[in-house]
Amino acid sequence: MNELQKQYPDEIRQILAKYPPEYKRSAVMPLLHLAQRQNGHVSPSAIDEIAEILDVSPTDVVSVAGFYTLFHLEEGGRYRIQICTDLPCALRGAEHFLKAVCEELGVAVGETTPDGLFTVEEVKCLAACHRAPMFQLQGDGEIAYHEDQTIEKFRALVNDLRRHAQTHKEAA
Amino acid sequence: MSGYVLLRHRDIPDLHKLDVYLANGGFAAFKKAVTAMKPEEVLKEVMDSGLRGRGGAGFPTGVKWSFLPNKIWPHYVVANADESEPGTFKDRELLESNPFQFLEGLMLSCYAVQANVGYVYLRGEFWRIAGQIDGCIADLEAAGLLGEKLYGSDYSLRLYTHLGAGAYICGEETALLESIEGNLGQPRLRPPFPATAGLYGKPTVINNVETLANVPPIIERGAAWYRTFGTEKSPGVKIFSLSGNINKPGNYELPLGTTFRELIYTHGGGIPGGRGVKAIMAAGASSTLILANDQSLDTPMDYESTQQLGAPLGSASVIVIDDSVNIAWLVRKTVNFFKHESCGKCTPCREGTFWMDNIARRLISGQGSLKDIDLLYNVASQMQGKCLCALGEFSTMAVASGIEKFRKDFEALVKT
Ligand SMILES: Cc1cc2nc3c(=O)[nH]c(=O)nc-3n(C[C@H](O)[C@H](O)[C@H](O)COP(=O)(O)O)c2cc1C
Ligand code: SF4
Ligand code: FES
Repeated sequence: MNELQKQYPDEIRQILAKYPPEYKRSAVMPLLHLAQRQNGHVSPSAIDEIAEILDVSPTDVVSVAGFYTLFHLEEGGRYRIQICTDLPCALRGAEHFLKAVCEELGVAVGETTPDGLFTVEEVKCLAACHRAPMFQLQGDGEIAYHEDQTIEKFRALVNDLRRHAQTHKEAA
Repeated sequence: MSGYVLLRHRDIPDLHKLDVYLANGGFAAFKKAVTAMKPEEVLKEVMDSGLRGRGGAGFPTGVKWSFLPNKIWPHYVVANADESEPGTFKDRELLESNPFQFLEGLMLSCYAVQANVGYVYLRGEFWRIAGQIDGCIADLEAAGLLGEKLYGSDYSLRLYTHLGAGAYICGEETALLESIEGNLGQPRLRPPFPATAGLYGKPTVINNVETLANVPPIIERGAAWYRTFGTEKSPGVKIFSLSGNINKPGNYELPLGTTFRELIYTHGGGIPGGRGVKAIMAAGASSTLILANDQSLDTPMDYESTQQLGAPLGSASVIVIDDSVNIAWLVRKTVNFFKHESCGKCTPCREGTFWMDNIARRLISGQGSLKDIDLLYNVASQMQGKCLCALGEFSTMAVASGIEKFRKDFEALVKT
């Protein structure tokens, strides 16, 4: 049993049960989601472990991980603030909101705050166009939508997350 | 509007809970199908209803189901909950607030083609919704509505979710199947079509969430009843996702054939600041731009009528653009989206979206020339008909129609 199997035995069994036994490669995405849960990115050793569970090569797992934007092979901020600036949101002020967020945190798009907590990213449509400006927060193994945003609401959230990070050094 | 067919949760609180859904007639259609109807009869009812796919192409749903060969087994049904077209947020509302109606539709589809396993493919950003759907599936198993020998029949059915991870192209049905199989989400060459060789090489039906949510009321109340909504060739109701420069953005369930004017002004509350409408996109970022005037505003939104404006209805994600917007800026937004989402499998799309994005960026930053406008138009024309899947084609729509109908907006940005 490798580390991933030791850590998430039940989850892995449930995931594999979804697919025909001869097609267990189907589990690669769910396992990547699982491996990313704890520290927000998929480590090289997790890649090897997934490959071992599925009887595929680590290269196969890396190429799948690299194809999809929600999988991160490199470490970023603990929380990724992914602001939608796609057309419908942009028509409702999303680009101004992005700028205000960057100023608030003192970073440019793609950068991480010095405390390692927040990375600001620009993303495409998230199916929330009627509630722009909006962003999703990816971190601590979850993805949460924050809609109908203002910079005041954003500031309050950032303060909450900072407090949370002081008391909880790691994701649950 | 009261008397919703799809957005019934707006009238019935807590409809996302199984007991509430059951108390409001839920699973009567599925029970009727499994206990009193042959699979062919379910299929025929859906065929007679004239229901057409709500994922974009508008293909008749019953006809699609009838393509599955009876000699190759097992069959699969996959629900497409990838919903990633910019401007589209209708499936999300159904999944969040009326999930059992969608699941019952999926189960009826499985029964009609005698699939014993169905998958729900959700975009990765719907992480929270996927957890909710897993909970619904567990509730259905606990209630004996999913599992072995349902209602004492020989029919067994299991459903599973599969979570994507951020790739618009996985909404394309063959890329979606690749993604479930654990590969890169890149479209397959066709033929073979999924109806004969789909998931794991087996006959497969792929339907949109909204399409499936229409099926329980059709089975319960009949094809003739369903046809009392909409038009002869585009029967039924449709959820229109309304966004952009509009006072009341949101989802509106209306009969197919409702006019743009009614959607925008009666339901959507008109344009902020009383501005005029300059253009309409009926199919999200994949739209051919519609020049707003009395004729287009009075056009009924059904599959045939919008086509007469040269603009497919697609997923009916209506983006309203007011007269303050420069169309060249809008076109850059759309090509940047497609450049980002091109899966890179074929050269015309990979290179074409890259160049269109470059040229459009140059133009809107004031660094372009008149020649760049023609160049942009030419790249788009060159791509048309040469791409492996529809994404490549989609990426040229706003470019070509934007330059044809709003060339002045591009010229205004050119340095002289
Ligand atoms: C690039 C691309 C993206 C697509 N995205 C979606 C999507 O997010 N959801 C969807 O239901 N269909 C999408 N489709 C259409 C599907 O390929 C397919 O036609 C549809 O799911 C079939 O279901 P329906 O017949 O119920 O509409 C997309 C197609 C293309 C070419
Ligand atoms: S047209 Fe674009 S998205 Fe479609 S297969 Fe080719 S590269 Fe991929
Ligand atoms: S454009 Fe931002 S959520 Fe759709």
